[in-house]
Amino acid sequence: MSPSPNSFRTGPDERGHFGLFGGRYVAETLMPLILELEKAYNEAKADPQFQGELKYLLSQYAGRPSPLYYAERLTKKLGGAKVYLKRDELNHTGSHKINNVLGQVLLAKRMGKTRVIAETGAGQHGVATATACALFDIPCVVFMGSVDVDRQAPNVFRMKMLGAEVRPVKAGAATLKDAMNEALRDWVATCETTFYCIGTVAGPHPYPAMVRDFQCVIGDEVRKQMMEAEGRLPDTLVACIGGGSNAMGLFHPFLDDSGVRIIGVEAAGRGIDSGEHAASLTGGRPGVLHGNRTYLLQDKEGQITEAHSISAGLDYPGIGPEHSWLKEKGRVEYVSATDDEAVEAFQLLCKIEGIIPALESAHALAHTLKLAPSLPKDNLLVMNLSGRGDKDVPQIAARLGVEI
Amino acid sequence: MSRIEKRFAQLKADKRAGLVTYITAGDPNAEVGYQILKGLPAAGADLIELGMPFTDPMADGPSIQLAGQRALKAGITVDVTFDMVRRFRKETGDNDTPILLMGYYNLVYQRGAERFCKEAAAAGIDGFILVDLPPEEADELKPHAVANGLDTVLLTAPTTDDKRLPAVLKYSSGFVYFVSVLGITGTTSASEEAVRTHVERIKRHTKLPVGVGFGIKTPDQAAAIARHADAAVVGSAIVDRVKAGLDDNGKAKPDLVPGVFAYIKALADGVRGVRKA
Repeated sequence: MSPSPNSFRTGPDERGHFGLFGGRYVAETLMPLILELEKAYNEAKADPQFQGELKYLLSQYAGRPSPLYYAERLTKKLGGAKVYLKRDELNHTGSHKINNVLGQVLLAKRMGKTRVIAETGAGQHGVATATACALFDIPCVVFMGSVDVDRQAPNVFRMKMLGAEVRPVKAGAATLKDAMNEALRDWVATCETTFYCIGTVAGPHPYPAMVRDFQCVIGDEVRKQMMEAEGRLPDTLVACIGGGSNAMGLFHPFLDDSGVRIIGVEAAGRGIDSGEHAASLTGGRPGVLHGNRTYLLQDKEGQITEAHSISAGLDYPGIGPEHSWLKEKGRVEYVSATDDEAVEAFQLLCKIEGIIPALESAHALAHTLKLAPSLPKDNLLVMNLSGRGDKDVPQIAARLGVEI
Repeated sequence: MSRIEKRFAQLKADKRAGLVTYITAGDPNAEVGYQILKGLPAAGADLIELGMPFTDPMADGPSIQLAGQRALKAGITVDVTFDMVRRFRKETGDNDTPILLMGYYNLVYQRGAERFCKEAAAAGIDGFILVDLPPEEADELKPHAVANGLDTVLLTAPTTDDKRLPAVLKYSSGFVYFVSVLGITGTTSASEEAVRTHVERIKRHTKLPVGVGFGIKTPDQAAAIARHADAAVVGSAIVDRVKAGLDDNGKAKPDLVPGVFAYIKALADGVRGVRKA
């Protein structure tokens, strides 16, 4: 079944495909477990008790709904669109990652799994997973590239304090891709008792759809909040994209509202032309990695190339398969912002709004700074402020040559 | 009859199990890698698995990961791998030993399944074992494999239950590969009893020969597998011998190739020492 031409919200099909993208490209050992997960998730999704428990945790534990904040000073400075920030950085653990993790760890418990593993780049997903595992008293192992362990030291310590074991991964470029390889290797050996909590809308089906469903709380809230604030839907949505979970969570509830312009911002690193970037949709082509077919950074042969971004959370050569599909369908625009632009945007938001954004979210902000001035004053723009930047402070200081 | 089918028929007539040896193509470099490939049948390999080096071998342990990195560093591509097999068929005149490509689907997908199958068959390759292509996604490869006379050997695992087995077997030809442990290549080993139980279970569903791999390191272990399966597959332990034959600068020492062959001969002796009914 291909999605009805009247809707962008019906995917994936029963085999986990979004058009050409998605699927289940995993070792046979994992296949039966992935089918079991799909079944368990579908049952949980339809179970009011599961949904009720999740809703309770999201509000009482994570602090949802997050505010939709009208950034007045930023709006005035840019002189164009009315800029709203979706404050997902205010969630418990400091990013949108907790939305998904609470859902998955609840599911792990429901399935009787006794151990949880996760991969992490910036450490936000790792911290969220370690947090939920502490809450539910489940042992947790987080795989993290050793380069990321160094550049996101505060988050590594947070995970350890929360009781998780952090395993540095030295293979390859020692970043997010390698952490995911290692998590998959662990999972194939432990799959009967271990739940793999994937942090983004990627991996084999049902992960892209499941993580999206858990993140849609972002867009659902924005819809309601914007109606309350302005009496109508937003005109423009902007979010950063590594694997693309915060973006999908914001975008998906609006995909069928044709009046809403939707923009995803990839990490252009040192510039697309430099070849040192993490913009898989802009600079890659379809391929198969980590259980799904999607746009990937790769050479002619199909060997995966290393991504580069100042932001550990965007430093990944792939992207969620549904984003690949939305790009091909033309429903979402995908653009990019460089390391330099992100750092500049990071500093601006600190000074003008008193908010320290995560370097990941600073990419969305960098594009907002470019875009908003060209839009009319009645254009309602929502940027997803998906994470807070406390974790990035040491890295920014180093980049600016400041000793702290 | 494909080369793989013929080889298993011959093994059956000889009343013994086969030895399947895995090497990564072009490990540690194209020339030494070719010398190893060329000598495998004489050392005792009944079937050859040739790994296509890939940057992200998610189902492999450290041994095969490192072998892949050595090969990639040496510039091994799919074309080089095809050339190696072509040269093997031509120089050795061996048109009986089956050669299977083992690896990850992206390399096939980038070339296009149709073109890949055509070129592989023309080079003298007999089939594929693609780790990340379960039956759910095998439709896009299978017709092209069949059209070019290539076997597709699918994997079954301890987690593949009786309900699921028929789906795997439907896409498998030549033989079925039983991954005997939960985990990645070259780590833990299964007990003989567990292997026996699973092989018997698989054989209740199919007439295809069953090869068993993962974690086989010694001639005794290979012999134990040979008692129950139609073939024992050894990989990581062989590429570890390649690594052991490298000096500190990664150059092949003179005893690398003979060392690999001596080890394979010991494995083959183990397998051949088991008489089957």
